[in-house]
Amino acid sequence: MSALALRVAGLSWRVRPRGVAVTVGALAAVVLLMALNMRLGDIPMSVAEVLRAVVDAGSDNHFVVMELRLPRALTGALVGAALALAGAITQSIARNPLASPEILGVTTGASVTVVAGVVLSGSAAGGVSGALASFGIPALALLGGLTGAVIVYSLAWRRGLDGYRLVLVGIGVAAVFTNVKFWLLTVGDVNDTGRAMVWISGSLNGRGWEHVGPVALALVLLIPATLLGARSLDALRFGDDTVTSLGVRMNLARGLMIFAAVLLAAVATASAGPIAFVALASPQIALRLTRSAQPPLLASAVVGALLTTAADLIARTAFSPIELPVGVVTAVLGAPYLIHLIWRARK
Amino acid sequence: MPKLAYFTRVSNSEEEQVRRRTAVFGALLVIVLITVVMSITIGSKSVPLTDAWHALTSPTGTENDIVIRSLRVPRTVLGVLAGIALGVAGALMQGHTRNPLADPGLLGVTQGAAFAMVAGIIFLGMTSLYAYIWFGMAGALIASVGVFALGMVGGRGGPTPVTLALAGTAVSAFLYALTSALVLIDEQAMDVFRFWQSGSIAARGEEVVWQVLPFIVAGLLLALINAPGLNALSLGEDVARSLGQNIALTRGIGIAAVTLLSGASVAACGSLSFIGLIVPHLVRPLSGTDHRWLLPYSGLVGAALLLFADVIGRVVAPPGELEVGIVLALMGAPFFVALVRRRKPVRL
Repeated sequence: MSALALRVAGLSWRVRPRGVAVTVGALAAVVLLMALNMRLGDIPMSVAEVLRAVVDAGSDNHFVVMELRLPRALTGALVGAALALAGAITQSIARNPLASPEILGVTTGASVTVVAGVVLSGSAAGGVSGALASFGIPALALLGGLTGAVIVYSLAWRRGLDGYRLVLVGIGVAAVFTNVKFWLLTVGDVNDTGRAMVWISGSLNGRGWEHVGPVALALVLLIPATLLGARSLDALRFGDDTVTSLGVRMNLARGLMIFAAVLLAAVATASAGPIAFVALASPQIALRLTRSAQPPLLASAVVGALLTTAADLIARTAFSPIELPVGVVTAVLGAPYLIHLIWRARK
Repeated sequence: MPKLAYFTRVSNSEEEQVRRRTAVFGALLVIVLITVVMSITIGSKSVPLTDAWHALTSPTGTENDIVIRSLRVPRTVLGVLAGIALGVAGALMQGHTRNPLADPGLLGVTQGAAFAMVAGIIFLGMTSLYAYIWFGMAGALIASVGVFALGMVGGRGGPTPVTLALAGTAVSAFLYALTSALVLIDEQAMDVFRFWQSGSIAARGEEVVWQVLPFIVAGLLLALINAPGLNALSLGEDVARSLGQNIALTRGIGIAAVTLLSGASVAACGSLSFIGLIVPHLVRPLSGTDHRWLLPYSGLVGAALLLFADVIGRVVAPPGELEVGIVLALMGAPFFVALVRRRKPVRL
């Protein structure tokens, strides 16, 4: 397929029409699914009513839609996009379709610090509400995510970075985090534990604008930054030695990109908890749809938004009136996909 | 079926080897005894050795007698049983999958048991451990058949240790997601599950020991019967077949043994990861690759390790206790990381 070149300020990207088509198409699907999702709730509405409520500030449902449903739907889409972008970056760097923030210690690290915050502050401190919910939890998740990533990265580093060693070290470190988390869960009061359980399976329930903000900001800042960095990522797939001989400052570029991925994943985790497998599956799906050689960053992000929004729709409707956390749905759908990937990779 | 090769005539140098290995066996037995004594005497209330002896031989109903007879002894016996079971199960899994990273916890067998048990609690309202065990066993069976299938497809073309470990992680994640969906619906199951998932041998009582005992004994017998066949299989399926091995039967016995051993210990103690991973690696320098020795050694080291971890958990965070499953994971995961870092994992 022919490719076009996009030049901005002396830098150039290859733009492939197929990639653009996939991205735009997926974006349209995201908007459609978000609208379908916003119909659901205590007051059922049609899609037309939802749209009218968004546009017309005077309508009855304006508050419900704009303050409750839109932020929830937006959180889902943005969190999915951030996770998928983080996944696309880590997969490109590890040159391994199995690498994703959940394997690399980011989401598990974030889980531990958040559960610690929820359980240790306890009902005595008023539980998770107010300032702690909107400020403390994201900060804790960010801290835990960064710590987890640093631990995994430094343990896996041994005269260079081997993709598989990174993944296996990640599994080991995740086991430590998971068990610290279990211990915290047994320590806590059953009510706090229940809340923590909902959070650590990844939930979009009750998300407001305060959850949209950090993720939106991270995406706005980091999408352009990672697109710049993607130029060196493209070179990375030829292997460390080749890249060094091409004159790319490999470790610097890789370090910065990984840092961006950790930020994205941690901010996303802070907003919605660890939504499993979105980061793993979206880049691979985007890769196949666009038929490119590496996970395409933008298309991956849009596919991630699409997957998360679709999973949330399933989570809310499948066992209605019980709403499952969206992370349970993505795990149930995503894990067989991971098994399939492994199955296909054994040659 | 292969005749047990334990009692065949052996040459002089082999006799020497057998004597040496028997001595190691004795030494390991002594280590287990030491950890048993530790487990009986150390805890939130430490009991002097003389009192412990008094309680075991001629109890008169003193406070220490009661602590020891009703709490410490059942806990210790359960620890020994579960440790033996998981150590042997780990060695069997590593032997059959020829994978140094195999472990009932890592490869999803534990989560399979957990899912089946939680489903039983919610949908069938079961409450007795006896029912738990059967469900745990069924779940463990399904998961271990799945993992074995993944681990052995096409012999040489089968997955590498890395891919099998990843597949196990994926299977675990899948089952864990299903389990957590279930416990979110049912608060009572959640309360059982959250204690279950961190694995403990405390406060289980004597009746639990009696309930799991037959399953573990049966599993151990099958494992010992499996040992000569497993030795032949480790030469490769083709060689084993030409030596007159019934491959399917050997695999079947192996799966049955792993299921009984890990299913029973998981049902009684909850999730205890990494013990099956570590133990065979500790044991191999002593036993070599001969499963007739590797399996019994693994059992003993497993028991010692589990009791040791349990004692650590009792003293490390006073006044509370850290569950043994957590201590094991915190000890075992760094071991796993070191194993991965040391060299490229190769097939056994």
